[in-house]
Amino acid sequence: MRQFLADPTTGRLSFTLDSTLDSVNRIEHEAEQFAERAGLSEDEVPNIAMAVREAMVNAVLHGNAYDTEKKVTATFESNQDDITIRIADQGSGLNPETIPDPLAPENILRGSGRGIFLIRAFMDEVNFRQLHPGTELILIKHRHSGSKSDDATVQ
Amino acid sequence: MSMKFNTRQVDGITILDLSGRITLGDGSVTLRDAIRDLVNKGSKSILLNLGDISYIDSSGIGELVSGFTSVRNAGGELKLLNLTKKVHDLLQITKLYTVFDVKDDEASAVASFTK
Repeated sequence: MRQFLADPTTGRLSFTLDSTLDSVNRIEHEAEQFAERAGLSEDEVPNIAMAVREAMVNAVLHGNAYDTEKKVTATFESNQDDITIRIADQGSGLNPETIPDPLAPENILRGSGRGIFLIRAFMDEVNFRQLHPGTELILIKHRHSGSKSDDATVQ
Repeated sequence: MSMKFNTRQVDGITILDLSGRITLGDGSVTLRDAIRDLVNKGSKSILLNLGDISYIDSSGIGELVSGFTSVRNAGGELKLLNLTKKVHDLLQITKLYTVFDVKDDEASAVASFTK
């Protein structure tokens, strides 16, 4: 099941999706289009899309564990200062304090554990909000001078 | 587009020419299986040509690392060839650029393996 809501006044987009890899790919694509419409630079757009992909993987795989009964929500908003993307799951919760540092020598050769690190590398702010149940990742990218437009529009 | 690959031999070195995306799901599983098959068949010198890899995510990076360690644990060497700027930047950010032996010329890459 997929639900899609668009508010033409605020440019806010909201999706409710199944916990599948198709949902990951879909929201990555939506993030790329949203960032382009919001006027982010050619360098910033793929980085935002990658951060959103990693957040979606985190929600689908680690949060909801591909549970068909659990949904992922993705919300895109923009204003004159920044764009904000929220990815929420219905899992058992994630404590960011417990995430190992993937750059530490003892972790550098691990085959996983770099997703949150990449999100932080590509976004200006990353916040975690505990839901009941689940976790919401709030990804914020500040607009820089020279952006192509001030606000994203829904087309 | 998920990942595809072709395998060839040059002077005793197994070269995997990879193309497409190495991401969670098809791409990372395909890469994992390809390296596992080579290790099981006794290949000790593996060169991953990433020149046509358009995109890689954290799962794909993890598969490169896992492939590197599994080949090394089997007594072999796994090296990377022809990184795109995106992959190069990701390996820099994750401090893996110095972990891998990265080459940008196939002939010198082939010659660099321990014979």
